[in-house]
Amino acid sequence: MEALLATAVGVLTACGVFLILRARTFPVLLGLTLLSYAVNLFLFASGRLRLGAPPLIRAGGSYTDPLPQALVLTAIVIGFGMTAYLAMLALRALSESGGDHVDVAKEP
Amino acid sequence: MNTHAPILPILIPFAAALLQMASERLAFQRAVGLLASGLLVVLTAWLTLLADDGLLRVYALGDWPAPFGIVLVVDRLAAGMTLLTAVLAFAALLYASSGFDARGRHFHPLFQLQLVGLTGAFLTGDLFNLFVFFEVMLLASYTLLAHGGGLARTRAGISYVVLNLIGSALFLIALGLLYGTLGTLNLADLAHRLTLPGHDQALARLAFALLIAVFLLKAGMLPLSFWLPHTYSAAGAPVAALFAIMTKVGIVAVLRVQAIALTPAIPDLLDTWLTTLALATVVFAALGVLAADRLRTLAAWLVLLSAGALLLAPAQASAQVDAAALFYLVQSTLAAAACFLLAGVIAERRGDAADRFRAGPLPATWLKVAFLILAATVAGLPPFAGFLGKLMLLTRLREVAAGPAIWLALLTSGFIVMIALARNGCLLIWKQETPVEPRAAAATPIAWQRATATLLLVAAGPLLAIGVRPLADYAARAASQLHAPGAYVAGVLGPTPAAIGRTEAR
Amino acid sequence: MNWLNSSVLLAAIPATAFAAFPVPLLLQRHGRVTAAVATAAVMASCLALLLPLAPAAFAGGTEIARLAWLPAYGLDLSLRLDGLGLLFCLLILGIGLLVVLYAAWYLPASDRLGRFYSILLLFMAAMLGVVLSENLLLLLVFWELTSLSSFLLVAYQSEKYESRIGARLALAVTGGGGLALLAGILLLGHIAGSYELSVILAAGERIRAHALYAPTLILILLGAFTKSAQFPFHFWLPSAMAAPTPVSAYLHSATMVKAGVFLLARLYPALGSSDLWFWLVGGTGAVTLVYAAATALFRNDIKGLLAYSTISHLGLITLLFGLDTPLSVVAGVFHIINHAIFKASLFMAAGVIDHECGTRDMRRVNGMFRVMPITATLAIIAAGSMAGVPLLNGFLSKEMFFAETVTYPQFEPLGWALPLFATIAGMLAVAYSSRFIHDVFFNGEPIDLPRQPHEPPRWMRAPIELLVLLCLLVGVAPGWTVGPLLDAAAGAALQAPLPDFHLALWHGFNKPLLMSVLALAGGVLIYAFRRPLFAWQDQLPPMHPRTAFERFYRALAAGARRNVARLDNGSLQRYCALLIAFVVLLGGWAFFSGADDAGGQPAGQAADEAAVGTLLVLLLGALGATALYRERLLAVILVSIVGLSVTLTFIRFSAPDLALTQLAVETGTIVLMLLVLYYLPARNAPKSSAPRLIRDLLLALLSGGGLALVTLRMLAAPVDTLSGFYLQQAVPGGGGANVVNVILVDFRGFDTLGEITVLAMVALASHALLDRLTLIAPRRDPDGRAWASEAHPLFLSMLARLLLPLALTVSVYVLLRGHNLPGGGFVAGLITSVALVTQYLANGIGAVQPRLPRQPVRLLALGLLLAAGIGVASWPFGRPFLTSAHGHVRLPLLGDVELASAMVFDLGVYIVVVTVVVSVLSGLGQLSLRARQPVEEA
Repeated sequence: MEALLATAVGVLTACGVFLILRARTFPVLLGLTLLSYAVNLFLFASGRLRLGAPPLIRAGGSYTDPLPQALVLTAIVIGFGMTAYLAMLALRALSESGGDHVDVAKEP
Repeated sequence: MNTHAPILPILIPFAAALLQMASERLAFQRAVGLLASGLLVVLTAWLTLLADDGLLRVYALGDWPAPFGIVLVVDRLAAGMTLLTAVLAFAALLYASSGFDARGRHFHPLFQLQLVGLTGAFLTGDLFNLFVFFEVMLLASYTLLAHGGGLARTRAGISYVVLNLIGSALFLIALGLLYGTLGTLNLADLAHRLTLPGHDQALARLAFALLIAVFLLKAGMLPLSFWLPHTYSAAGAPVAALFAIMTKVGIVAVLRVQAIALTPAIPDLLDTWLTTLALATVVFAALGVLAADRLRTLAAWLVLLSAGALLLAPAQASAQVDAAALFYLVQSTLAAAACFLLAGVIAERRGDAADRFRAGPLPATWLKVAFLILAATVAGLPPFAGFLGKLMLLTRLREVAAGPAIWLALLTSGFIVMIALARNGCLLIWKQETPVEPRAAAATPIAWQRATATLLLVAAGPLLAIGVRPLADYAARAASQLHAPGAYVAGVLGPTPAAIGRTEAR
Repeated sequence: MNWLNSSVLLAAIPATAFAAFPVPLLLQRHGRVTAAVATAAVMASCLALLLPLAPAAFAGGTEIARLAWLPAYGLDLSLRLDGLGLLFCLLILGIGLLVVLYAAWYLPASDRLGRFYSILLLFMAAMLGVVLSENLLLLLVFWELTSLSSFLLVAYQSEKYESRIGARLALAVTGGGGLALLAGILLLGHIAGSYELSVILAAGERIRAHALYAPTLILILLGAFTKSAQFPFHFWLPSAMAAPTPVSAYLHSATMVKAGVFLLARLYPALGSSDLWFWLVGGTGAVTLVYAAATALFRNDIKGLLAYSTISHLGLITLLFGLDTPLSVVAGVFHIINHAIFKASLFMAAGVIDHECGTRDMRRVNGMFRVMPITATLAIIAAGSMAGVPLLNGFLSKEMFFAETVTYPQFEPLGWALPLFATIAGMLAVAYSSRFIHDVFFNGEPIDLPRQPHEPPRWMRAPIELLVLLCLLVGVAPGWTVGPLLDAAAGAALQAPLPDFHLALWHGFNKPLLMSVLALAGGVLIYAFRRPLFAWQDQLPPMHPRTAFERFYRALAAGARRNVARLDNGSLQRYCALLIAFVVLLGGWAFFSGADDAGGQPAGQAADEAAVGTLLVLLLGALGATALYRERLLAVILVSIVGLSVTLTFIRFSAPDLALTQLAVETGTIVLMLLVLYYLPARNAPKSSAPRLIRDLLLALLSGGGLALVTLRMLAAPVDTLSGFYLQQAVPGGGGANVVNVILVDFRGFDTLGEITVLAMVALASHALLDRLTLIAPRRDPDGRAWASEAHPLFLSMLARLLLPLALTVSVYVLLRGHNLPGGGFVAGLITSVALVTQYLANGIGAVQPRLPRQPVRLLALGLLLAAGIGVASWPFGRPFLTSAHGHVRLPLLGDVELASAMVFDLGVYIVVVTVVVSVLSGLGQLSLRARQPVEEA
């Protein structure tokens, strides 16, 4: 299991990084999304992997570490906000420059 | 009141933001904003005095003890930084309240929320909470940067946002690694557990290295600093002035983590490479100052220069050095902010020439004088605060390993700033354009808010020089408090950290 | 009156000067005279304060006043008055008074003088500070202040290019020297253990023995030589002649340029008497002396000639200190006095001529003796003193110089060399002096002068008369006039008993006298045979330091621009690549540089088909999206597949809340991406170049592989986390069984508050960024299929209508139960949003618009207020922010619900989430309402 998760994290990171290094806003957006998946999985893994032990207090249950889950939940939501933000920024750049290139304009 | 003092610097701007969101009437928003940031200045000043008794004020949110709940930790450094933030914010907001704030929606709430992010980042003692406040600060800054519109801002905004999103991802990885290795997120607890056996040291080193990398991205260290000049010179004057404190968030974070967690456990983590890159940053920034073609760009490079100079401190792991660095931090932040505001008002008076370094309509006399004082301050010429800051850094960095190189870099960069400002200043305030622009005569008078805000920050140069002693002494006390990790850990976790009950997770 | 002790008086001198420097500016509206009188009054009062202290200083005493400024760093306001300081104070204030009088006549009547006098006073104050400093750092402060104020004085006529560039050149050289001096002083203080002169002057032995002596000396000399315009730093002084002549007379002859030699005199006991000192100081002085004297001869501008003569005389003084014998030091101090007197008067005379003729070109200004006989006589006497003619003060110090060279102990074999050298220098001085006298006052008729010259106003000439009178008095009766002052000053400079010498006009027939005669004769001869010399000089390439400096600066700036551009090409891809590469390198170094224990045992949980399957799907999606990112629509779908498999992973590893959240967020993300896709131009970036691809792949593999390995290792590492506490406290302490939710709203509610603040700001941004934004709505998608313009599928809209109430009920349920079962504010909010978004997809924005909240911003405020408000509610109970409370309530349908104050918090979260998602997506949607239709390209 651990190996599988590690692979997933690795591949997502690699793909994310590669896309982030593209020159247009759209692939960068995709790349950041993939990267955030990777990060969330990694953060999640920091509490170790437990099968069938949800952190819901019940009689005689065994529980996985709840804290990373809370952190990941926060991260997911913030990540969504950021993606939305970048999308809006991209559209604004588009309407102002008519292009979707990501590079900084040289000083006028 | 006293018990809740630590959280007020966060709640006041937060409440102000809520009010401003409740009604979009500009006059109302301005009133609330100025009132709140005025209040914030008073409050943080009081908090700074309070903190000067040397006691650690720990505020346990939700009444959950550290390390389980989030705690705010007020020491001299944190309190002082919130005060600096408040002063800067007040000046910037005053400037903005003369029409700049009307150039787009939601300027005021976003401004207050940026303050929430800043003060929170300085006060929190929990690293994940620090991440959250970084996000608050950054998201507010993204939009404030874009405020007023213009392609340059949006473009600069994109690279700023993307880089910081990568930074956030990195931050989360570092946090995950910290929790997965040391099992906690509270800085004091981390420092404590680092000293205990039984954790994977290589992973811990890696985790802290990533954490430092994130902070250095915010601090603007070469080679992570290219976004900075574009962003800061693109932002509107008051926004850029407020941004002058943002790099300092990263620097203070590095100082804190280094002093509390690294020095006792991983002293070699910042070895050599940090000082080298900081020097490179200073040199690069000096080049930028020479290359700048307008005052606000030059100011942006000054921010980078001060960041580079300040990043010389952490690797030295010395309270002595940090004491000097903290004074330098205060004066250089105020000076850079003043530079942005001054660029703004000068640009108003010079028509098409704006704040570009070329002949144009002559600015008013008070602007000339203000420019001369500010130029002397940032060039590190006596008798202003800039000189004293440089003097302190040079004095305290004399014994360190790379001493000569550091001296050379600091003195040379000072020289470069001096000749650059002398030349460009002559063009800016003395070289009359021929033929005189008709527009120059018809220039509208500068709004009193802008004049006041600008003069307020420019005056910091002389005032900090006169009142240098109390400030320098406070900085020294703050530095020595910072470099007492044992006291910090004990103060946050209680006298016997080992006694905290924990159960095995697996 | 006992509080008014001597140290208070001492402190009062610079204090008065600094406090009063703005006065002229404030008084100028009462007329020029008022301004001038005020300035003079300030100087006079400084003199008055000085007088009570003078006797002690004459007696060889040292008065010290201390006031702490920045003690932790050794910088204190400590002042010192001894003979040397007294001498300079008298020069600064005495000549200052004359200059004030002179300037009032010199500067045009249109000038209201306030600004001029204020800057002049500022400079004077700084200069007093330099000569009265006991603390070397304080001395440096004043030192740089003189550079600053002289910058303002030279640039006084700021509209002229010459003034500005001259000022900048002066500032660059002297200010730069100041930085070297700063470094030198810091080292000196480090060696001596204090910056106080009284300590340093006593520590000469230790300092000279110290390893850092050489760098310290060199740095300090750099400061002194730049200030005193020693070769090769002399070039700024002639350019600074663009300043008004009163300024030249004050700064560039009597005071500022003397600061350098003052420093030599001041630190002589600490740094002097070493070979290094001899060669550096003596050598520099000697070269400057001759080089400048030779150059002076060829200047056509009167002030240019005087400037170079000043440089040469400063060289002489430097040489005298370099010779490093007690007597030579005395001679040096003596020449400081004499040069100040005659050179100030000469500059003033030059100013008169300039003022009267409108030019200073000696090729045109001739025969002035007939026009202004009195001024001419005065100038001739002063020039005689400059040349070292007997009966004048210049003669005496030069005799002492000659005497020194003759009796100089060192390098015996070449005993004759030094005197010869001195004689040649003397000849040159005589030569340029005679040129000045002959060209200006005789040598035929003036050639087309701008103005018709005549004698200057009475009071403009008065200062010159006074100074020339001094030249004579000192020259004839040195012992009575300057004797005591010289003794006191020289004694203070030496910090040792004075050598045996007596000032007198006549020392009998001796070598020095012979040398003087030779010098006079030779100098006149040189001037007589000047034609060939001038012819030779004319072929030499002309030197223009100002243009050279400007060119140098331009080159510097251009180079900087090039390098900055090379490092920062404005490409975000490079920024990102650098960031990632930096992190990989730093991380790798940090990981491997530590003492590496192999880490824990790989934890073993057997993989099963389901897990493998999920992974495969995930890999498929991720790699597919990466490979096909140009096929944008496909890429989005693939990414959403990844999202779903991530959701599965969460379910599998017992994280139901995460799964729900991820699922809901996924939907939002997809809609978002599709909206963006609709507007983004169809054209793609050109394919990346091969090296770029390799770079990116390398970074991708390194970071991905690295993180994968780190994940494995982390999963195997032993850890002891906080989780136990949360599991124990959730129910008793937090009142909820769903620990994740309890953490979110209670244990770490503060994080959540920050988080919804971030979300709220995204909504605010959606207004700030998207308002008044117009985009071109493409008619066709990338593959050329036309976008459907109306026709929202009927069944979908039907479905959506049915769905909405259902979804709302569900979300309310999820919200309420969230504290105990998977759910809570986030999930509930997201479900609601998804339902609303479905509406929007089904019926189009036009239809949904009216149903959207009128005041999204107020809703946000409300949500945040609920969350924060419940936090503040705990204050009255004396608990910190966000302290929760909970109890049981029976509700219909839901049965026994445990209500926690945290639920209000969660309600706030819910409201914020819904508002944000809806206002962002609708904000994007509204773009389509006002999108411009493009001209259909054929």
